[in-house]
Amino acid sequence: MKASVPSKLFDLCNYLFMILLVIIMLFPFIHIAAISLSSAEPVLQGRVSLWPINFNVASYKKVLSDAQVLIAYKNTILYTVVGTTINMILTTMIAYALAKRKMVLRKLFTFMITFTMLFGGGMIPSYLLVKQLHMINTMWAVTIPGAISTWNLLIMRQFFLAIPESLEESAMIDGYNDIQIFFKIVLPLSKASLATIGLFYAVSHWNSFFVPFIYLNEKSKFPLQIILRSMVVEGNIQPPDQSSIMDNNQFTVVQNIKYTVLMVATIPILLVYPFIQKYFVQGVMIGSIKG
Amino acid sequence: MEIKAAISVKNKLNTQSKFQHIKKRLNQSKYLLILFLPGLIYFIIFRYVPMYGLVIAFKKYEFQKGIWGSDWVGLKQFIIFFNNPQAWRIIANTFLLSFYSLLFGFPAPIILALLLNEIKNTTSKKTFQTVTYLPHFISEVIIAGMMINFLAPTDGIINKLIVMFGGQKIFFFSDPGWFRTLYVSSGIWQGIGWGAIIYIAALAGINPELYEAAIVDGAGRWKQMINITLPCIAPTVSIMLILRLGNLLSVGFEKVLLLYNPLLYETADVISTFVYRRGIQGADFSFATAINLLDNVVGLILIVIANSVCRKLNETSLW
Repeated sequence: MKASVPSKLFDLCNYLFMILLVIIMLFPFIHIAAISLSSAEPVLQGRVSLWPINFNVASYKKVLSDAQVLIAYKNTILYTVVGTTINMILTTMIAYALAKRKMVLRKLFTFMITFTMLFGGGMIPSYLLVKQLHMINTMWAVTIPGAISTWNLLIMRQFFLAIPESLEESAMIDGYNDIQIFFKIVLPLSKASLATIGLFYAVSHWNSFFVPFIYLNEKSKFPLQIILRSMVVEGNIQPPDQSSIMDNNQFTVVQNIKYTVLMVATIPILLVYPFIQKYFVQGVMIGSIKG
Repeated sequence: MEIKAAISVKNKLNTQSKFQHIKKRLNQSKYLLILFLPGLIYFIIFRYVPMYGLVIAFKKYEFQKGIWGSDWVGLKQFIIFFNNPQAWRIIANTFLLSFYSLLFGFPAPIILALLLNEIKNTTSKKTFQTVTYLPHFISEVIIAGMMINFLAPTDGIINKLIVMFGGQKIFFFSDPGWFRTLYVSSGIWQGIGWGAIIYIAALAGINPELYEAAIVDGAGRWKQMINITLPCIAPTVSIMLILRLGNLLSVGFEKVLLLYNPLLYETADVISTFVYRRGIQGADFSFATAINLLDNVVGLILIVIANSVCRKLNETSLW
């Protein structure tokens, strides 16, 4: 079929619009990268926009040798690994039990759990509870109170519901009980869905700010997002000590450091993003089918 | 008499068989219960105990006396709240931030999905789509960091551009007039691609025969969109809209907390940030919980209404 002129014109505009949108989406990242990789002088003069001027990694050396940043990075990795492990164990077990029709009081339990999506105690009672349990300023405060996301639990249950019952029935005949079926048959079959939910949890731990912000109060326990806020949002950065620097290429300014910190915190997400985004999309679709 | 006896025997049998039935079900699901138990304990302690903790809204909470031991004060905290001149400000700010996000942020992903749908080349479509979800994965702290630095008066790129084109520097984070614009527009940047996924899925589900028939009838692309595409995604749009209306009182609390400062309270202070300052920073637990409770109850009512509307219109609902 021959396309009409207005139709072609529309296609052209549509492509141009999409390219503009891509630029808007990527511009912040490119600008941050450009400044973080430029020398101090062009940055101070405000000449850097999309491409580094006088390419230089001095600020990366500074940021990556900053003890505070390294500790925070280590903490974030620790909280993400421990948190996601706890999330996955609890979420898959409860989701599987709720996916089985023979489960006793299944309707009541499902209601009890979905209700928490609609109503909850909120910030203060949760804070007081964590305080009462003496979890303040421990790793458990950032990993246990959010151990199950109801939304992820329901998506996980949806995945388990899709597993044909005949598989489990034949395992029953072989003398397996539900726990054995769960670990030996159901989990190995659900790798893709486990990856999806695991990634949902891991990204939320990686990005989590408010929970560590209210529950942790010792610098040595802060995750990256807290340090990031203090450096980049509140601007608490010591002007770099330049006195000992003879080489002009080692000279950095506060703006270099800030943008480098932003970059260092964003890079892990940018690196894994292309590989994991399809799992996320899958998760959203399953969630929406339910909704 | 005989009938009565018969009924009582029958009832007895019923209760007996019911008991037997429950026992059987329990026995059948004993292993499932073991899998279920840790999660159940979690829900009770971390979701239901805080709900019980809400009673301190009606008390004068003291840490030493605990939740139950603290003295009852009735509705005192609520009265104090509504006599506070800031009360209406934070309610209005919360509502307006949410309302503007809905007004501008709701149509954006739909438009994006419709435009993406018109791109026939699968590779470019995928690429455009993948790039637009990226901001969804970036933490609020990084978003706030970027905004504050790009919009900074002295070395931010936006103000440099403004000055370059002969404009006056804008002090974005000391002028309350800018806060809503910044919040809503950054929200669109963050959410447009992610929000479009569900509409893209709905668009992919449209029967291609409909379009073929329309082409045979001589309908152009515009007509196809008006007469086929839009009606086909209307149910999805209406469900999403109703759900959003149900969440009208919830705003992106972390982002507000990260972006605002006392100079911006006039437009930026919302219910949750107020609760945070009074409750956790100020340790006025009962007062903050009272506001918290009001917020939760209104939220619950809104979502229940939204859900029943949804059910009426589409015969689908959240639960």
